[in-house]
Amino acid sequence: MITKLNVTSVWVLDKDEALDFYVNKLGLEKGKDIKQGAYRWLTVRVPGDPGIEISLEAPGPPVQDEATAAQLRELITKGAMGGLVFVTDDVRGLFETLKKRGVTDFTQEPADNFYGTDMGVRDPFGNAIRILQTKKVAREATA
Amino acid sequence: MNRRLLRARDAMDRAYAEPLNVRAVAAVAHLSEAHFIRSFRAVFGETPHRYLQRRRVERSMFLLRDTDHSVTDVCFDVGFTSRGTFSRMFREIVGETPSDYRLGHGPMVAPNCFQVAFTRPMAATGVAMRSSSFGDAAAKAAP
Repeated sequence: MITKLNVTSVWVLDKDEALDFYVNKLGLEKGKDIKQGAYRWLTVRVPGDPGIEISLEAPGPPVQDEATAAQLRELITKGAMGGLVFVTDDVRGLFETLKKRGVTDFTQEPADNFYGTDMGVRDPFGNAIRILQTKKVAREATA
Repeated sequence: MNRRLLRARDAMDRAYAEPLNVRAVAAVAHLSEAHFIRSFRAVFGETPHRYLQRRRVERSMFLLRDTDHSVTDVCFDVGFTSRGTFSRMFREIVGETPSDYRLGHGPMVAPNCFQVAFTRPMAATGVAMRSSSFGDAAAKAAP
């Protein structure tokens, strides 16, 4: 039986730029940063939650041939590669913080839904990130 | 280039309810109107106009399902400026009238971002593209 998600990955075009965005803008913390020959194993994670690492992966040799890497870059920059969903305890406060840090690529400002309040933002490469503040009290049934 | 086009597409997703014109959206991508339309179609497979209409129709489907707002209110709430254009566009894209759609569908429970992504009507094939301007929304507000 699988018991936990350990590592997930997000495609980026540049690992240093990704690290700056995910740590200095979004507020995650750096996890692993290990050089293995030409390969850099670089992860970020939610502060205080060391169990799940997000690996920042850049397309290219030796993992992909250059033609495949070019296709991946096309898909990343057109926003077609999926993304990440985070939870926060104050989505509107975080929205203001991100704006102060210079983030401009919001796909959705904080909006209320039946399950909570969420917002959307893109990383510098085109990946979609959603951030959700879950509703504390279940919606009461109205007669 | 993809990234800039994606930024313009995000602007349409954000500001679909406002009067948008193609020049303002093209400016988000730092492109001329004609170059923007051509590039957008090459990257995303449909004109910006059609993309925006599908976005508006998707939001109208949500409002028809989840609220009791009148069809006319829904039409204006999602950015159409003419009830006739809305009904025609809705029927063309969804295959039934807004009123019939409302009768056949109740509220959904998937998070909003999934609804936005997966209930968006497909780009109809074989349907003539309308004018590449934003048609009935000809005001000059920036997204």
